[in-house]
Amino acid sequence: MIEFKLPSLGADMDEGKLLEWKVKPGEPVKRGQVVAVVDTSKAAVEVESWQEGTMHEQLVGIGTTVPVGTVLATLLEPGVTAEAAAPQPRPQPQAPPAAPTVVAPPAPPPPAIPAPAGERKAVSPAARVRARELGVDVDQVAGTGLRGAVTLEDVEKAVRAAKPPAVAAKPPTAASKPTADRTAEMRKAIGAAMGRSKREIPHYYLAETIPMERAAAWLARENGKRPVTERLLMGAVQLKAVALALAKTPELNGFWAEGAFRPSASVHAGVAISIRQGGLIAPCIHDVERKGIAEIMRDLADLVARARSGSLRSSEMSDPTITVTNLGETGVEAVYGVIYPPQVALVGFGRIEVRPWVDGEGGLRAMPLATATLSADHRVSDGIRGARFLAELRERLQHPEEL
Amino acid sequence: MTRMSYRDAMRQAHREALAADPRVFLMGEDVGLYGGTYAVTKGLLDEFGPQRVRDTPLSELAFVGAGVGAALGGMRPIVEVMTVNFSLLALDAIVNTAALYRHMSGGQFPVPLVIRMATGAGRQVAAQHSHSFENWYASIPGIRVLAPGTVADARDMLVPALAHPDPVVIFEHAQLYNMEGEVPEERSADIRSAAVRRPGSMVSLVTYGGSLPKTLEAAEALAAEGIDAEVVDLRVLRPLDMDTVLASARKCRRVVVVDETWRSGSLAAEVMARIAESAFYDLDAPLARVCTEEVPIPYAKHLEDAALPQPAKIVAAARTLLGRSR
Repeated sequence: MIEFKLPSLGADMDEGKLLEWKVKPGEPVKRGQVVAVVDTSKAAVEVESWQEGTMHEQLVGIGTTVPVGTVLATLLEPGVTAEAAAPQPRPQPQAPPAAPTVVAPPAPPPPAIPAPAGERKAVSPAARVRARELGVDVDQVAGTGLRGAVTLEDVEKAVRAAKPPAVAAKPPTAASKPTADRTAEMRKAIGAAMGRSKREIPHYYLAETIPMERAAAWLARENGKRPVTERLLMGAVQLKAVALALAKTPELNGFWAEGAFRPSASVHAGVAISIRQGGLIAPCIHDVERKGIAEIMRDLADLVARARSGSLRSSEMSDPTITVTNLGETGVEAVYGVIYPPQVALVGFGRIEVRPWVDGEGGLRAMPLATATLSADHRVSDGIRGARFLAELRERLQHPEEL
Repeated sequence: MTRMSYRDAMRQAHREALAADPRVFLMGEDVGLYGGTYAVTKGLLDEFGPQRVRDTPLSELAFVGAGVGAALGGMRPIVEVMTVNFSLLALDAIVNTAALYRHMSGGQFPVPLVIRMATGAGRQVAAQHSHSFENWYASIPGIRVLAPGTVADARDMLVPALAHPDPVVIFEHAQLYNMEGEVPEERSADIRSAAVRRPGSMVSLVTYGGSLPKTLEAAEALAAEGIDAEVVDLRVLRPLDMDTVLASARKCRRVVVVDETWRSGSLAAEVMARIAESAFYDLDAPLARVCTEEVPIPYAKHLEDAALPQPAKIVAAARTLLGRSR
């Protein structure tokens, strides 16, 4: 039996609301297929299954909000029939044990000492592991174990208590929800993620002015050859340059998890996209280092359209290994971003503007320039490595034909 | 099934071993004429004669050393040492010689020697006859250490121990000799694995030897309180069968180790360390142990009882892990 769980689609997601099932019980599910649509308070996200099988039992009703990690449905392994899997009684909460009937030698009861304020809460290792799987905040769970420790059973009880009964009636969809509500929720989610980032991540910031004359000239030539609908934007060129430049500084691309950095072999670039009614979302384009600029451009256009219509896929939400933000359109010179956990770096581009520039021969001339910035996590990298990345980015943008 | 005492089972094992292989002989203090300090070898002198059942002088180093020599010379000696306390006099022969020769000779000189000794307290024979040093022996590479805790194991462990190419030390808890139990007709030749003596789900009680009956008694008392305890009998103290222990720890998520050696550096300490190394994230409570208090075993009955692991202490430890005060 395969458990299809609600994934975490970003550092700011604690729970999600099931909007729609895309697969009916008995229907086959392929790897990567969209199985459900879930509202994350930022967007309606299509959640994919990473395992193949047959939809068996849908455990969560439409309109129900459940914590991250909750089993939404069970899938049968390929080749297994519903009959073969049927005799699986749902686990029942255990009845309380019978009252003791044996008189044992009296032992002084150990006093129940609550953990003093400021001390780390006692949580058993097994409870901690399970809480992480279920997305439960152990600080909110009352402990019943030795010296008030939170036990495995406490965590599972807390989840059972939090899970509301499935709702059968068709609930309002994301679209029908009042906009003010959604905006407020998104603001709260952004606040939580960015607050956590600023509390936990020791940011350092670097900036570099990059001559954009060659990139702009190359882009103009390329676009001259293309129909209007297929024209490229500088944003796509910059994304590819960032992805290639990261090859020399892998410590900027990946996740900080469980006290350690896990680099990523591929660059899944999160693209900060502003939502019209307010707020921000940063889904990713996968494997940017392996894609051509035209392909990145198509992906980017598609991603922006879907982000704004609220139909993103779960992998796009949870996979970004670095974020790129471009405030060029609005006309600021530079942007110093806040890292989106668990990522460890964010690259920002300001507007391209013609400014005075002293060239290699000492001559002063007008030159289109852009300020690229890097916000990076000091737990993983130092300024000298960040500087190396920005220098590499600058060089890459001087050879646009090689991107 | 046949009902017999631990002592009878042990005697039957000796008789069968002596009858089956002419290389097997028995020696030790009072094993012949007197019939053994705990009457294990009673009657064997008459049955097998003084060549096969030999009384020795009161010199543990001499007769254990002679056993090492006999094993090197092709015999299969069974050497009985009256108590583990006295075996300290023979440590050089066991640790520096028997445990090392196969290793130091590149495999040319195995020492197929079986050393049996009584261990443990509880009979008011005072400190010099009551200690438990199983943990010392269980820390030495080159020997195998067994602790039969049931009547069936008392009968069945001697033959495979004699067939083992390395020295085997067998600990017999003196409190067990009078214990009676049913033994099946078929024999087990297992001197490798631990055994689950009572399946359970909420707390794993890991023990061996003389503490096994106390632990089973504690498990019954816990069951009456609604606490379903599993009892694991280590049986083999070196090498430890951690697969069985870890499976129980992962299943129950709470472990109490019951061990009659002193708490500091006890075998319990080793078992707990290995559980922490391998199953930390499966645990739902700290590891706990019930060991002997760190005093020379007292002579006075009430003090001796208080110093040793007892069912009530095991019950209290298990209860505490489950967050139940009483």
